[in-house]
Amino acid sequence: MKEIVLVKFGEMALKGLNKRSFEDMLKKNIKRRIKNLGKFELTSAQSTTYINPLDEDVDLAEVVDRVGKIFGIAALCRACVCEKEFGDISAKAVEYLEDVLSCAKTFKVNAKRSDKAFAMKSPEICAELGGILLDKFPHLTVDVKNPEVTVTVEVRDTNAYVHAENIRGAGGLPVGCSGKAMLLLSGGIDSPVAGWMMAKRGIHISAIHYVSPPYTSDRALLKVETLCEKLTDYCGDIAFFCVPFTEIQEAIKDNCPEEFFTIIMRRLMMEIAQRIAEKKNCLALITGESVGQVASQTMAAMACTDAACRIPVLRPCVGMDKTEIIEIARKIDTFETSIEPYEDCCTVFTPKHPKVRPRLEDVEKAQNSFDFEPLIQKAVEETELKIFEYNK
Amino acid sequence: MIYLDNAATTKPCEAAVAAVTEMMTENFGNPSSLHRAGLDAQLAVDKARKIIAGALSADSSNIIFTSGATESNNLAIRGACAAYGKKRRKIVASAVEHASVDETLTAMEKSGFEIVRISPREDGKFYPVDFLTACDDNTVLVTAMQVNNETGHILPVKEIFTAVKRKFPEIITHSDCVQAFMKLNISAKTLNADLISISGHKVHSAKGVGAIYIKKGIRVLPIVTGGKQEKGIRSGTESVPLICGFGAAVEHLQPTIAERYAHAQMLKDTLICEISSIEGVTVNSPEDGSPYVINISAAGKRSEIMLHYLESFGIYVSSGSACSKGQQSGVLEQFGIHGKSADSALRVSVCGDTTIEDIRLFAEKLREGINSVRG
Repeated sequence: MKEIVLVKFGEMALKGLNKRSFEDMLKKNIKRRIKNLGKFELTSAQSTTYINPLDEDVDLAEVVDRVGKIFGIAALCRACVCEKEFGDISAKAVEYLEDVLSCAKTFKVNAKRSDKAFAMKSPEICAELGGILLDKFPHLTVDVKNPEVTVTVEVRDTNAYVHAENIRGAGGLPVGCSGKAMLLLSGGIDSPVAGWMMAKRGIHISAIHYVSPPYTSDRALLKVETLCEKLTDYCGDIAFFCVPFTEIQEAIKDNCPEEFFTIIMRRLMMEIAQRIAEKKNCLALITGESVGQVASQTMAAMACTDAACRIPVLRPCVGMDKTEIIEIARKIDTFETSIEPYEDCCTVFTPKHPKVRPRLEDVEKAQNSFDFEPLIQKAVEETELKIFEYNK
Repeated sequence: MIYLDNAATTKPCEAAVAAVTEMMTENFGNPSSLHRAGLDAQLAVDKARKIIAGALSADSSNIIFTSGATESNNLAIRGACAAYGKKRRKIVASAVEHASVDETLTAMEKSGFEIVRISPREDGKFYPVDFLTACDDNTVLVTAMQVNNETGHILPVKEIFTAVKRKFPEIITHSDCVQAFMKLNISAKTLNADLISISGHKVHSAKGVGAIYIKKGIRVLPIVTGGKQEKGIRSGTESVPLICGFGAAVEHLQPTIAERYAHAQMLKDTLICEISSIEGVTVNSPEDGSPYVINISAAGKRSEIMLHYLESFGIYVSSGSACSKGQQSGVLEQFGIHGKSADSALRVSVCGDTTIEDIRLFAEKLREGINSVRG
């Protein structure tokens, strides 16, 4: 019995003339994720991509797991391939679904006939197949409202398909179709989530991180690199920029009023991030900020950081509670890594009483008391690039 | 030496020896130390973890290192029952498990768990439905080994766990995959296993290291407490050299699973062909079993005598499970091998390095032995 994976497009199915480019992007992303699981043939038709394994013994559970994390997909399922002939459909359904149906109590049959030339209409397929399954599995009863198992028959252009599962996909748009942006990745809980959320909208993310040895450790950096690696499951390859930040932080501490330490630090981070972003054709910055979470994330503080930016700052977590962010972090498996207790540069020299409502002119005055430009240039020049490739 | 006892232990491969040596001489830090030497040791452990996780189609975070498969099996059963067994008090297991599972089940029985042991049917096969019908809402754990260490029988673990999970998703599934790891392709997801035990020294690395796969979201309470290493599930400073040796061996073996399997099958076929002409010799392993383990009965000659006879020619085989030091475990009886057949059972277990000449010489000496040994 031939088994394949059916992948249903998300909202890109609604796109107009450029739908094809979305499809190609998605196919490319799928190929990349399943490359080392065997040989596959990928074809698309009617807002569906068919992943057809050419090798025997392909681990389809792993295929489903990996493809389930790719953005741009509304739903996916493993399905049995049948001839477009009712006898074959019913025989395969009995055999393919035996395990599922023998453990269930209630079921219904759902038929979709996109090939209108097929002799039977959808309600006829449902009634006929339902009858056959009831004969073969007499312990079953039909429940059309709340069945344990929904047997789906899809009659499509070249074949018919039978399946009994419909797994929700990751949704969103294929990564890459919305351009590139630079994620400020700290190592905390929020920034990986922010990256994931923007990747979901089709943005190909790069990441930037600031290290301040000896105030921050190798383990803190390793933790961020681990987060980056985890994000590749969803976001594809990530260019990771590591900025040496010690001298800048020391200069802030030596030259600026304590209450503005954090806000000035953030403005300088933004400055460095956008210089690298511009060089790498990133159209925006992404941060994990959420209004009111800490002193540097009040609206007044955000206004002061934004004033240092020439490109848009995307803040997908801005209206979320911590618990909502954590829920996503757990889902994408970054939470456990994020809570490892290594100090990152954001917590170096934290002021005892930071300004909650800083005024831009005060901040600019404090920042201008020292010429950071040479240090910024040096930091940008000494930034190290590491590519995290999807490497399953 | 012709070593045909690879199910008992294997010769460490060069890659494993090199990794162990490196970690004992160069990179000897404690992974918990904050400094660079500690971090380097941790990175080495993480690398091994990633390799081993990959070999089970799992994620690094699923792998916890232990001192070996006996500990992994104990941790799986005791740890899962401690987490989930307050109200659910029944464990369903195959009746042919290794002692490290079986004895642990006996201990659990003494602490109030009901143990149901499922035997193979008369045809020597296990049927998933037998496990399923033994399960109920009171069941906490189902455990079934992938490959039997004495006969090479391959149990339908995937089918058993799939059937059980479909009807009772809350039941924890555990498989002792010691004799299958690096010999068959194992994917934790496909197997539908929550917990998997594997061993280092059965796959050409050192003794004293093993691992347990724990599916994300499954809780296993520790049986060893202390400094919270390995996410607190297995405290105690990680045995960095042995772990890295384990990783190196798996990295070395992983690309050749199919090739070595075919080689082992050829050896098994050769052995069966060679001994088919020896009167009174019978094959106890099934045709569709793992080719790495071939159990035969030698014409009523007591296993131990034949073992020592072969030993005098430098040929090493086993009389049964190596852990039981010649004691009969009852597993052969479960597969319908009784009396003299069981008393004269020999286990020949091969590896990728075993040659066809080794097998032919074994067969020749077996023939001679049967004719010359008395009793």
